[in-house]
Amino acid sequence: MSLKILYFAWAREMTGVAAEQAPLAPTPDALAGLLSSRSLGHAELFSARATLKLAVNAEFADWDTPLADGDEVAFFPPVTGG
Amino acid sequence: MNRVVRVQRDAFDTASITSHLTADRTDIGALVTFTGIVRDHPLLLEHYPAMAERALNRIVDEAADRWPLHGCAVIHRYGELAPADPIVLVATASAHRGSAFEAAAFLMDWLKTRAPFWKRAPEGWVAAKAEDDSAVGRWG
Repeated sequence: MSLKILYFAWAREMTGVAAEQAPLAPTPDALAGLLSSRSLGHAELFSARATLKLAVNAEFADWDTPLADGDEVAFFPPVTGG
Repeated sequence: MNRVVRVQRDAFDTASITSHLTADRTDIGALVTFTGIVRDHPLLLEHYPAMAERALNRIVDEAADRWPLHGCAVIHRYGELAPADPIVLVATASAHRGSAFEAAAFLMDWLKTRAPFWKRAPEGWVAAKAEDDSAVGRWG
């Protein structure tokens, strides 16, 4: 039972990793709590959730979106393409 | 509707893309193209590969629901780009200019807030702009 976690842009720089595994958590909110203990950078990233966006399985999602085994959860800053 | 959606590192050829949009159709009276160009300083474009093309297709779907488009293209580049490099292309083809102009503006506004790309300038990550959020809000 695990999740694939991805980080982009300054979220990746803060955690120091582009991808990692995590045990299944019920929601991204719960997952963020679990990931916060991994490093100071993770803790700092997830302490500022209001400025962080996320996607589940490559679709924009919310902090309370239900997660399932094998889901890919991505955390990233507000997008700046175009 | 003829559709071209691509996420690519290389430059794009606007003429070949628009000719694809208008190919085999005689009902197109208006073709609008918008090209975004890197301005002032170099940029590094990071993207979420598994999500980017899907997100662009969603945005095109939404435009096609709102306007009677006969053709629609969105090309977004990633990687290292220099000033004056084209970075994004939006092209819309319709019977009349009103739909083509409006859909092109809509596509760019939605791209700015819904496509998973992040710009990095020499001085750091580019911050999302509040005016981009307000621009997208005008479409309801």
